[in-house]
Amino acid sequence: MKPAPFEYHAPESVDDVAGLLAEHGDEAKPLAGGQSLVPMLALRLTRFAHLVDLNRVAALRGVSRDNGSLTVRAMTTQAAVERDAEVARAVPLLARATPLIGHFQIRNRGTVGGSLAHADPASEYPAVALALDATFELVSKSGTTRVAASDFFEGTWQTCIDAQQALVAVHFPVWGGRCGFACEEVARRAGDFALAGAVAAIEVDDAGAVRRAAVGLFGLGPTPLRAHAAEAELIGEPPPTPDGYRALGQLAMRDADPVDDVHASASYRRRVGAHLVARTLASAVEEARQAHDPPGAARAR
Amino acid sequence: MKMVTVTVTVNGEPRRASVEARKTLADFLREDCALTGTHLGCEHGVCGACTVLLDGAAVRSCLVFAVQADGADITTIEGIGGPGGELSPVQAAFRDAHGLQCGFCTPGFVVSVTAFLRDNADPTDEEIRDALSGNLCRCTGYQGIINAVRLAARAGVR
Repeated sequence: MKPAPFEYHAPESVDDVAGLLAEHGDEAKPLAGGQSLVPMLALRLTRFAHLVDLNRVAALRGVSRDNGSLTVRAMTTQAAVERDAEVARAVPLLARATPLIGHFQIRNRGTVGGSLAHADPASEYPAVALALDATFELVSKSGTTRVAASDFFEGTWQTCIDAQQALVAVHFPVWGGRCGFACEEVARRAGDFALAGAVAAIEVDDAGAVRRAAVGLFGLGPTPLRAHAAEAELIGEPPPTPDGYRALGQLAMRDADPVDDVHASASYRRRVGAHLVARTLASAVEEARQAHDPPGAARAR
Repeated sequence: MKMVTVTVTVNGEPRRASVEARKTLADFLREDCALTGTHLGCEHGVCGACTVLLDGAAVRSCLVFAVQADGADITTIEGIGGPGGELSPVQAAFRDAHGLQCGFCTPGFVVSVTAFLRDNADPTDEEIRDALSGNLCRCTGYQGIINAVRLAARAGVR
């Protein structure tokens, strides 16, 4: 089994990446960690005349914190995110979602930018980026563009990145104050794509009432989704009761749009999704209430 | 067909070949280096049989193009044991704990477990099971493999 022939390019600078994409347009595809693209090429689900390998662009790797946000450059591997103490401090949700991605061998190659640009609706990072209102930085020969997460995901495996653009970095807001975060999913086997999953981010005020709430859903629609109705229901309220969390889980499924497929029916995904929302919210609220040392003081799980 | 030159170090030996850009590292190792210990099960990143160490990191060699590995240091199953063919501690533990039956998946397991125990010398059972999730075995039912990892960890593999 092998991909259709392609011409291989290994640029070493972002400028050269943009130049190659400008030259070859939709005949070219950026190659990040290759953990999704290479199987698709091998199975001939897709083919490109040119592959632009981003792995030798040193400027696309690494994590830095500035002005209330954490910048993760696109070619930072998932394994690097998993080990990075700054990520765990600044954006705990990103850190906690990471071990759920594939297997450690996949995370050694797979990248943050590749996962987001691939935009599989059942994968973890898109839901994290959407829930936290991350900003995507795209570069083309004509310059740099910043896109909000809410405008980035357009469909299954579809984003707003055009053929001349490369995703170079993602900026995650750092939540301050008393915060809690949780990410859970149900998959048939460890490392499989999730049948359904949820992420929750919660900030509580001094009195313990919810000040800020973000709920992201994955595996529950054609794109990652926000559970806006459930979020609105939480804000300004004291912590829910167990029944309240169950009701919020049900409410969150109003924003879900799951499919029936060989892995699970849509109704099963909804049932699982409702439970996962309830569980992640309960866990995030509890963690936020126990947190005293802002900012980014959320404890390790 | 445009060819690219790949120069790598495999198990300590320099290797160089001219290959198509679409050739995977797995096929390069098997066909151009004649190192057929790296097995190909699924060829699309699911089974883990083709796992090798690429600059020390366990990766699926069917999901890396050989040209991407240019300049890299690679360890395959042939480089895991001693120079005289003696088994590595992980290999010995697989033998002693019946961690294999047909053996097809074993190279991938041994390479993965070697990397795992290097980074986590005293894993919990949960960590062992999580680490093994990236390799498929259709014979053993995994219990012998889990026992082998426990045994290797106890033997102080690093």
